[in-house]
Amino acid sequence: MELYLDLHSQPCRSVFLFAKAVGIPFEFKLVELSAGHQYSEEFGKINIMRKVPVMKDGSFVLTESVAILKYMLQKHSSSVADHWYPADLQQRACVNEYLSWQHMNLRAQGSKVFLLRALFPVIMGSEVPKEKMDAAVQDLNQSLQMLEDKFLQNKPFIVGDKISLADLVAIVEIMQPVATGLDLFEGRPKLTTWRERVKKAIGEKLFAEAHEVIMKVGSLPQKMENNSNLELLKPKFQKLFS
Amino acid sequence: MAVELYLDLLSQPCRSVLIFAKKNNIPHEVKQVSLMDGEQHREDFGKVSLIRKVPALQDGDFCLAESPAILLYLARKFKTPDHWYPADLQQCARIDEYLSWQHCAIRLHGSKVFWLKLMIPEVLHVEVPKEKMDAAVEELNGSLKLLEEKFLQDRPFIAGDHISLADLVAIVEVMQPVAAGLDVFGGRPKLSAWRDRVQAAIGKELFDEVHQTVMGSQERVKVMDGSKLEFSKAKILKFFM
Repeated sequence: MELYLDLHSQPCRSVFLFAKAVGIPFEFKLVELSAGHQYSEEFGKINIMRKVPVMKDGSFVLTESVAILKYMLQKHSSSVADHWYPADLQQRACVNEYLSWQHMNLRAQGSKVFLLRALFPVIMGSEVPKEKMDAAVQDLNQSLQMLEDKFLQNKPFIVGDKISLADLVAIVEIMQPVATGLDLFEGRPKLTTWRERVKKAIGEKLFAEAHEVIMKVGSLPQKMENNSNLELLKPKFQKLFS
Repeated sequence: MAVELYLDLLSQPCRSVLIFAKKNNIPHEVKQVSLMDGEQHREDFGKVSLIRKVPALQDGDFCLAESPAILLYLARKFKTPDHWYPADLQQCARIDEYLSWQHCAIRLHGSKVFWLKLMIPEVLHVEVPKEKMDAAVEELNGSLKLLEEKFLQDRPFIAGDHISLADLVAIVEVMQPVAAGLDVFGGRPKLSAWRDRVQAAIGKELFDEVHQTVMGSQERVKVMDGSKLEFSKAKILKFFM
């Protein structure tokens, strides 16, 4: 099985972490987003939508991290512990509920804050307008509040006593804006203890390995500026920032 | 015991849930939550869903939000025919892929066109700049192209030969900009043929019944009391404009 990944991308990290954590063998195929590799002719043949992650299992090609996670889980079900995607009807529904909600909430807002803080200046050639940044952070805070109040409540993990796909997908998204130096865990003891539980359940070393490149995001603007593909990437980002 | 479905049929995901429940004869009770009247902010609804969105399901003490989760829950609990969410690994993956992709693609773009073309100008009485409208339609066109070229290709339905949750979730989203008066199917024979197959598989009568409310939108906005939406105005404009 091949996984086309760039660990700067949150959904790439959840796929990478899951495969490694449960011992599913795969070949790591790097698609360097900041270098514009997703726009290569070769990658276009793998994925017409030019996004990562992508899974290639023989001739079967699959996009969308949630789908990839579920596919890997089903395929290796005999060796993957039940808690990742419980067979219990209601518990499974709660995992699916989170996986659905997060697209347009935590994922969307965490990504926006990340892009504004890490890439806006190099793409737009100016600092982020304060109102824009404040509004984005406010939206992100609302999602974090919902994560705590509705999805976690008083439970150790989103779906009860053990880690599931929901926690995995949640943590990688939160780490994105955190990597830009925004301490989202400050003043959030519940979220902090949950984070520690999740890291422990995944494995601290593995978690750090997956997050190594994103934690060096400070060097990303320079990497992009030296990159001939920057002009190609600019219009796509400008649309996001307008 | 009947499950309670909290719905407003103006909402696309509410329609997919109701069609699925009715088509599969799942015992259910519909509880109306009028979004235009702000009923999602009622205290009693907050107890069903803290997210305060529709659809929401209540099955005994168990509450659930998010239509993909609700659809999968109902399919499993009521053991609906396999084609809706096949046991086959690859077919099931195709459906999961679509259900994931659609959130930030067709769902978002179709909703945006519905609000920019109809609700914002006609109910909120805010002018929508032409460039914004054109950009929204262009984004929707991009998503529709992907639906045809990547998700359908030359298959009758998204996962193969039979209708699945993916087609159901897709069709209700495509109908939203149609309800705002955008000719989505004109010049798209592949999409039109797929729509016909989906409607036939669901049952045209059921399809039309569930879409009646939203398809009446262009008429309804002429007599609608826009003041009810005032409390959401800033949020709506921030999100779509």
